[in-house]
Formats: sequence, structure tokens, C-alpha cells
Amino acid sequence: MLKTFPKGGIHPPENKLTADTPIKKMPVPRVVYVPISQHIGIPAEIVVEVKQKVEIGQVIARSGGYVSSNIHAPVAGTVTKLDMIVDTTGYKKQCIVIRTDDKNESNYQEPEFPLIPEIAMAPEEILQRIADFGIVGLGGATFPAHVKLHVKADKHLDCLIVNGVECEPYLTADHRLMLEKTDEILVGIRILMRALHIERAIIGIENNKRDAIERFRERNPKGSGIQIAALQVKYPQGGEKQLIRALLGREVPMNGLPLDVGVVVHNVGTVFAIYQAVQHNRPLMERVVTVTGKKLEKPSNFWVKIGTPITDLLAEAGGVPEGTRKIVSGGPMMGKALKSTDVPVTKGTSGILVIPDDEASRGEPRSCIRCGECVDVCPMGLEPHLLMNLTEKSLFEKAAREDILTCIECGSCSYVCPSHRPLLDYIRFGKSITKQLQTKSA
Amino acid sequence: MSDQPIIVSASPHVHSDRTSKKLMYDVVIALIPAFLVSLYVFGLQALLVTGVAVLSCLLIEYLIQRYILKSAVTIGDGSALITGLLLAFNLPAGLPVWMIVVGSLVAIGIAKLSFGGLGYNIFNPALVGRVFLLVSFPVQMTLWPTAVENNTTLVDAVTGATTLGLIKEGVQFGQTITELSPQIPSVTSMFLGITTGSIGEMSALALLLGGLYLLYRKVISWHIPVALLGTMALMTGIFWYVDPEHYANPLIHLLSGGAVLGAFFMATDLVTSPVTKKGMVIFAIGIGVITVVIRLFGSYPEGISFAILIMNAFVPLINSYFKPRRFGSKIKVKMV
Ligand code: SF4
Ligand code: SF4
Repeated sequence: MLKTFPKGGIHPPENKLTADTPIKKMPVPRVVYVPISQHIGIPAEIVVEVKQKVEIGQVIARSGGYVSSNIHAPVAGTVTKLDMIVDTTGYKKQCIVIRTDDKNESNYQEPEFPLIPEIAMAPEEILQRIADFGIVGLGGATFPAHVKLHVKADKHLDCLIVNGVECEPYLTADHRLMLEKTDEILVGIRILMRALHIERAIIGIENNKRDAIERFRERNPKGSGIQIAALQVKYPQGGEKQLIRALLGREVPMNGLPLDVGVVVHNVGTVFAIYQAVQHNRPLMERVVTVTGKKLEKPSNFWVKIGTPITDLLAEAGGVPEGTRKIVSGGPMMGKALKSTDVPVTKGTSGILVIPDDEASRGEPRSCIRCGECVDVCPMGLEPHLLMNLTEKSLFEKAAREDILTCIECGSCSYVCPSHRPLLDYIRFGKSITKQLQTKSA
Repeated sequence: MSDQPIIVSASPHVHSDRTSKKLMYDVVIALIPAFLVSLYVFGLQALLVTGVAVLSCLLIEYLIQRYILKSAVTIGDGSALITGLLLAFNLPAGLPVWMIVVGSLVAIGIAKLSFGGLGYNIFNPALVGRVFLLVSFPVQMTLWPTAVENNTTLVDAVTGATTLGLIKEGVQFGQTITELSPQIPSVTSMFLGITTGSIGEMSALALLLGGLYLLYRKVISWHIPVALLGTMALMTGIFWYVDPEHYANPLIHLLSGGAVLGAFFMATDLVTSPVTKKGMVIFAIGIGVITVVIRLFGSYPEGISFAILIMNAFVPLINSYFKPRRFGSKIKVKMV
């Protein structure tokens, strides 16, 4: 039996339309829109001015604090504007607009990157590099990577987990990356093992990506300390806590962090970005984005410059099909519906999904029939029907006692509810109020 | 893009294709085999009772929602249909039509809508209707027509006691099970349903077929039926083992008196049973114990309806006591 996490989880249709589509380079856009807050934490501070010329990879916004991240120019060009624009979260954020320099060769002649397997840097240098080069979690959480890698002296760390689960339906960015950059990722893992002074790493991959599992097993040098683990297919296995439970049988304590059980988790995309930063001096300026949807003409995986408008991506994939009613940034389970496609790709954009009319609307909510399905599928052992009920009645203290804050917002409860109850909508709201109340009283 | 505005709702953006309506209609499908058996055994009488119960449940729900509550009418969701079917299944063939209507009124009007409608009721509506009738009209409610020879006429002449009623009465009058045995139907005929009893409780085989369908469709899980029937078998088994002359064997208990109907269709009612598996098991064990106690020591030979209603009342308590274990709580941090 393949491993998985024991409690809860669902099996939505996988719809990995682009699993066999190699990653293609998106043409360099004429204009990029680079928000200064693409990560969790403090926004970066802009260090360029309007009309200033910037080189590719130059820092254009500097980390605003410890939990923050540098932001680099994804193209060489001229800053034309410092503007407020709506990003994928739906909020207006400050943003640096750069017009691409058509004549600058560095935009069009990307250097070749032959594999460099030897690691020259010392552990501290590696950590510094990761912080300087703007690496954040690329799985979607966008947590600054250097913060996660900082292990306090009182914690005992013994294992790095590399998240290659990609449990969201439709998305294949990580899958393709694992197939096409297998060796680079393996070197990236060794870089992290060195930086963290550990001997053990596990790559967790769901069994619907057999080819990636086999490719890794072939390429993984003997005695590397890296283990390739095939996992049962089950959503939300890509959640850190679920993945650690599945691979190591360790359960992160409530309100705790992976470090409490001796683990650090990084996504494969992040590991590749770290490889690029450490071995090739490349700051984080581009990422893989899956552009997909059942009605889309050319569902694709693209290498995309940060700041590229999503409109451009959709045009490259054949244009928004007739009858599209919803456009989602991310996967169908946890992604954000967009109001418009005039928003840029950021470090956290793993996919763009277009949903046709017949799948876009939710069913009419009906009364809870107390079937317990939501309770069965909740991977955190919560009672979603109860949490929604308490939130509806504004009983936030009670909701806090029922552990509403531990909800990971995976959406499994809303997915299964046969009465189409908007469980997660209410729970999200309940969480935010509960948090506010707690900070007030603290 | 189409001219319709795009939808900006929060995640998740996909939904499983299960709906509560589909669940309800699965229950209806699962009841078909038992209904066919009742037609075979009781003929038109079964059709009459079932038809009246279903129609009156639907009509009463419609009228109350439309004219008294002035709320949305929900008779299309399948739940009133199920209440009607299950009520009929718990009634003897040949019950006067007006009594069936009264039962439906109690089931839908009192047990369901006065609590706030589907999802808010604490007690299984069909059982409330049935028990109300049993208490109000004990004579008519225990007049069991036996399987009719000519099942096209609405005869009500031939009546007999149910198997459990027969044993209970016999033992009370000092007879032993061995002396009663010529009157006890064979296990095979009980299993197939060629005995007496309420319309739908007759054939364990047909009910099991329906129950398996519900399990297969994941409308119910195994916990309630298995724990309920298991508890009954164990308890009646102990009594039978100790004193086989005064206590019927477990097989008779499981195959008669609505045990299978109760275990698969009544106790598993989603709304009135606990939400967690742990809770379901406790709930089902409770029903099993109470049923056996009523059967062996109480004044009713069947007892499962009462047992389910009693345990229904405990469901909120069970739900708040048997919670799922929260991820990351009560763990010993173990290092591998
Ligand atoms: S899944 Fe929906 S209907 Fe079932 S218990 Fe949860 S909220 Fe109620
Ligand atoms: S309550 Fe939260 S963690 Fe549990 S299933 Fe719903 S969204 Fe996921």
C-alpha cells in the first residue's frame, strides 16, 4: 500500500490536461507589472524611480523586514510608472511597471544553463543567497524561503521534505518541472541539505505522476540520502501537515510548525529556484504556470516572467473560449477567482484555469441534512457544519473553542456537501473575525 | 468572453456531483425490492396503504408550507416521499385510510415541519407517525393480515400475530419455545418475507438488497446497521443460550419485528443520526440494547421504533461528545 495521510481527504477528478505538454517559453512581454507584495509578510520597498533604466535581475524593491523578500527586475527596460493595480488576490497593490527594452539582448538571449552538480558555497552563504535572491515558496503560499530555513537552536531538524505532490486538479507546473529539471532539483535538494546540515531528504510525489517518480529514481545518485516516495492520490496531500503525516507518520502539533517535528518542507518549484540562485546566480524572475481549462484551445505549461499580464498568457493558450464564466488563479480547490485578466503573474501564480458556464455556478444551498460528509473529509478533524453554524450565529468564541483557526482552507468540506452549503466561505469569515477578536484581547 | 458577467466566488470552484436530492432518490430506489415483496404478499392492500401514505405526506407538506408557513415548498427534494414510504412500511396492511392520513399529518406536520423542516428535526418523522398511531390505535395497528391467497381483493378477514408477538404471548402463558415452534414460521420464510408484519418489514432479503445498494452508493455507512444488528444478536444470543425454552433465538429476532428495516432505513436517517462514525456506533448500540430490553421485558413485542426515537433524542449529546480527533491534538511527538 502506498502511503497517505489517514484522516479525511477527497478525490476530485484530476483533469491534468497538460501532463504531457512540455513547458514552453512565453514570449517576453512588452510591459511587465511587478507588485511589491508577492509574498506573505511585509511588502518590499521600492528602490527605483520612474524613467530609471533597469537591468535584468536588478533589485527593484528591497525586502522590507525579516519576513519579506527582495524583488528583481524580470526584464531589462525602463520603469515607466509606479502604480496601484489589482493583483490576483483582488486587492490593489503597489506595483512597478517596466517597459521592456526591445534592443537589450539580455531579454532575448537567455544564457544556457548547463547542470552544475558541484556545490561550492558554504551553508551560511547559501542561506544568504536564498534571502537575497527573492526566493519564496512557489507552491502557492509564497512564504519567504529563508525564514522557513532558519532553524532555531532549540529545534532538532532531521529531514527535508520536498513537496512534489501537486494535488490540485488541473495543475501540472510542478509535474512538468520535475520531468524536465530532474537533475537540477536533485542538486537543489543537496544544496538545501548542506545549508541545513542534514543527511536526509524525501521527495513526496503522488502516484498519478509515475513518470516523474521513475525519472527521479533513475537520476538520484546512490548514497545521496534522498528518498523518492510515491504517495496515494488524495487531496489535500500537498498540505504541509498532511504531507509530513503521510511520509513520516509525524503529526505537527496543533498551532505548531513542521520544525516542531524536525521537518522543513519546500516545494519542488522552490527547490529549483534555489538551484538557479545558488548555482547560476539567477534571482527569482520567472516561474512555470499551467494555463488550462476544458474548453481552452491550447492548454499549456509556460515559463513566464513575473509581471506578465494574465491576458497575455490566455492569448498564448488560444484565447479565452466562448462561454467562459470564471477565471481562476491557481487550482480549482484553493485558487482565487479573478475579476479581470488584467492582472500580472506573481511568484505565487501556479496556474490559470478557465471554467465554462456549466461548471462555474454553485448549486443552490439547502439545509444541512447532517450527513456528516464534511466531517468525514476534513483532514484537520474539524466539524465544518458546526463551524459554519457557529459563524452564522456569530458565536465566534465557541468557534474558536472548536478550533476554527486550524482550518487549512482546503475546501474539501464545501466540495462534498450534498446540500451545497458554502461551508468554507463561512469558516473563512469566522476565522478572520476570531483572529481579530483574539488580537484585540491579547 | 460571453456577455454574461464572470463569476467571482470563493474557492473551491468545483463540487462533487452528489446532491442531497440524489441521496434521497437513492433511498427511494433502495426501498423498491421491499415494496415489491409487500405487493406480492399483501396485494392491493400494500399498494393502497403506501399510496395513501405517500400522497398524504406530500400533500400535507405542500399545504402547510404553502398556506401556513408561507415558505418555499420543498416537496421535490424527496424527503417527504421517503417519509411517506417509510411510514407505510411500518404500518399493517389494511389500516383504515383516515388513520394513515393522521399518521402522515403527525409525521410531516409535527415531527418535521414544526421543528423547522428537513435538517432541523430531531426525531425520525416516519417513526413519530407510526408510534403515534400505535399508541392511539393499538388494536388496528396490531391487526396483521396474513399473506393473502388471492391477493387481488382487499380482504381483511384473515389476521394473525407477528412472530415476535406470538412468542411473547405464548411465553407469557407458560408455553415453551418448543411447544410454540409449530406456529413459528421457518427462518427461510422469514428471510424471504412470507410471514406477517408491517408492510415493509417483511422480507429481510429484499431489505438487505436495498441496504446493500445504499452502502454501495455510500448513502449510508456500515456502522449503524452492523453495530445495531450485532448488538441485538449478541444480547438475544446470550438470553437464548442461557434459556432457549423461553427466549427466541437471535435469528428470529433479527429477521422479524422490523429489525432489518430499522437498522438499514430508519436508524440510518441522516438527519436524525450522529455525524461521526464513532457517534454512529454508540447510537446504534444504544438502539440495539433498548430494542432487546423492550422486546424481552417490555410490553411491546417489536420495540425498535421506540428504541430509535429514544436514541434520536440523544443525538445532539452524542454529537457534542464524540467529536473527531483534531489534527495535531493528543499526540505524542514521535521521531522516526
Ligand atoms: S456535508 Fe453538508 S449537509 Fe452534510 S453535514 Fe456537512 S454541512 Fe451538513
Ligand atoms: S474545515 Fe477547513 S480544513 Fe476542514 S475540510 Fe473544510 S476547508 Fe478543509
